[in-house]
Amino acid sequence: MNAAQKPPAIEAEHLVRRLDTEEVPVTLINDVSLRIERNEFVCIMGPSGSGKSSLLYLLGLLDMPTSGSLRVDGVETSGLDDDAITDFRLAKMGFVFQFHFLLAEFTALGNVMLPMRKLARWSDEEAQARAMALLDRFELKAHAHKHPSQLSGGQRQRVAIARALANDPLLVLADEPTGNLDSASSANVRDLLRDLSREMGKTVVAVTHDAKFASVADRRIAIVDGRVDADWQPG
Amino acid sequence: MAIALDIALAHLASRKRQTLVSLTGVVLGVAFFLAVSSLMRGSEMDFLKRLVDNSPHVTVYDEYRHPAPQPATLRWPEAAVEVRHVKPQRETRGIRGWRERLEVVERLPGVRAAPVLTGAAVLSFAGRQQGVQLSGVVPEKMKNVTTLDEKMQVGTLASLSADPNGVIVGQGLMKKFSLHPGSTLSVVADDGVARPLRVVGVFRTGNAAYDEGQAFVLLKRAQALLGRENRVNRFVIQLTDPYEARNTALAIEAGTGYKSVSWIEASEDFLSLLLVRNIIMYSVVAAILVVASFGIYNTISTIVMEKTRDIAIMRSMGFHASDIRRIFLLEGLIVGALGSLVGQGLGMALMRVLLVVEIKPPGVEEIVHLPLWWGADQFVLAAAFAMTSCVAASYLPARRAGKVHPVDILRGAA
Repeated sequence: MNAAQKPPAIEAEHLVRRLDTEEVPVTLINDVSLRIERNEFVCIMGPSGSGKSSLLYLLGLLDMPTSGSLRVDGVETSGLDDDAITDFRLAKMGFVFQFHFLLAEFTALGNVMLPMRKLARWSDEEAQARAMALLDRFELKAHAHKHPSQLSGGQRQRVAIARALANDPLLVLADEPTGNLDSASSANVRDLLRDLSREMGKTVVAVTHDAKFASVADRRIAIVDGRVDADWQPG
Repeated sequence: MAIALDIALAHLASRKRQTLVSLTGVVLGVAFFLAVSSLMRGSEMDFLKRLVDNSPHVTVYDEYRHPAPQPATLRWPEAAVEVRHVKPQRETRGIRGWRERLEVVERLPGVRAAPVLTGAAVLSFAGRQQGVQLSGVVPEKMKNVTTLDEKMQVGTLASLSADPNGVIVGQGLMKKFSLHPGSTLSVVADDGVARPLRVVGVFRTGNAAYDEGQAFVLLKRAQALLGRENRVNRFVIQLTDPYEARNTALAIEAGTGYKSVSWIEASEDFLSLLLVRNIIMYSVVAAILVVASFGIYNTISTIVMEKTRDIAIMRSMGFHASDIRRIFLLEGLIVGALGSLVGQGLGMALMRVLLVVEIKPPGVEEIVHLPLWWGADQFVLAAAFAMTSCVAASYLPARRAGKVHPVDILRGAA
């Protein structure tokens, strides 16, 4: 079966996300429709506060839209309850954030194994072998038994990427993954994410305001004031 | 589940000092719970043993709780009846047909009974007099229902059988009258006639009034002295299980019609006192554990606050809200379980120390040891109480952790 026969990774129609909790209601995402194919590497760009991250949280099912429809891997997600959506995230999505967010009490290996242990698709031995293979892929095998505090910023972010891949997800969502790294580490992480889509067949959606980072993506989507803006140029 | 346990342990280890402090609270709570409750139970059992051993479990009296209604009342049940010039029947009081009734009573399971005739008499020796309660007993039956034989300083109950004119008196009376075993004193009963009795046994219970005011003779002798041939006015009953006394007394009263009083009924005031004491004890000890649970609440709340980012990332990773709640409830449970375990060890040590403590109450010759008693149920209760308060203390922080919304935290962190 080739990719064309499978549903697109993400199909969003008229997504709206409004925060009504504030005194003045704030519209974070205003009528966004987009489609992201499998294996695509898409960058979401835009000025600060434009709603890039909010859109990523919606696409990653971390937040629920106020209205609109969102299909992930062909499954309509509106109307699913929190537990179903959580299971969906566990099996189909991996997240990388600006900060590594590794659990300080666990080693690199332990952190990568965490989603696998939760999913419980593999035995402990298999999970460990898979985690080791992932760490090896990101040249971290020697650091597998170190705690996050013993790793450099770039290494931590690579562990976080390995963790995002733990359950062999359909989608990897990254929120400013290089925002906190020096230029060498940034380039490294950028190449890794690109390889995820080119070599491992993952769909990667990354939020960034780094034009260099965005330049390696298959496609760039600009968000301004919560809307898709085709004319926006980073500058 | 295993991941939740791993994370819970890691969290507790990350705040070692605070965890240790809350753990200490639980340990002390459990240990004191054990020590105090074993002291209370020990003294309660000691007290009950004295009560149960030194008094009949059931006494059957030659009285009725509810006198039979007068024929006139039966004839006009609604009316106020006044009957004048009623002359009470002249009769020798006592339990009617006592031999048959005693047999009936003895046939009940776990019952040992002895017939007794008690009455007032005056003992006199060398011009001195002392009013006593004279009990006529059947030694071979009596020795089954009292601890008197254990309290005998000279002779035994059986000595009465050997000498039909023998009497057993208390040491208090012996001292008062300057008697010796074998001395002869005289007894003056209802009819005013003095008869000689020889001291064949001496007992000492430690209760001064009892040691001065009780005297035992053969049943036949008492019947003759008190002028009540062939009568007994009491059954003294001892049970294999003292706590069956209430039911047995009811059964006997239903069967014989005579008033039967169990030791439980006779010492209701003491028993309600013990109940109040237990309530006080358990509330004080429970308060310790409640205070300890505030420490746990504090620790786990701090961990939840510190770990909100971790919670957010775990939620985004695919951990359910219930998984997160479980982690923090487990933390409470771990502290509770560990605290119970160590607390039970410390409690045992504390009880061992209390066991060897010697007290000399003022005015008492003997050294007294603290009465301690403990059973498995106390350990279970202490652990259950500790666990419950720990889990209850971790419930609120755990619920708060479960409500963490990843986006709120991630947005704030970015």
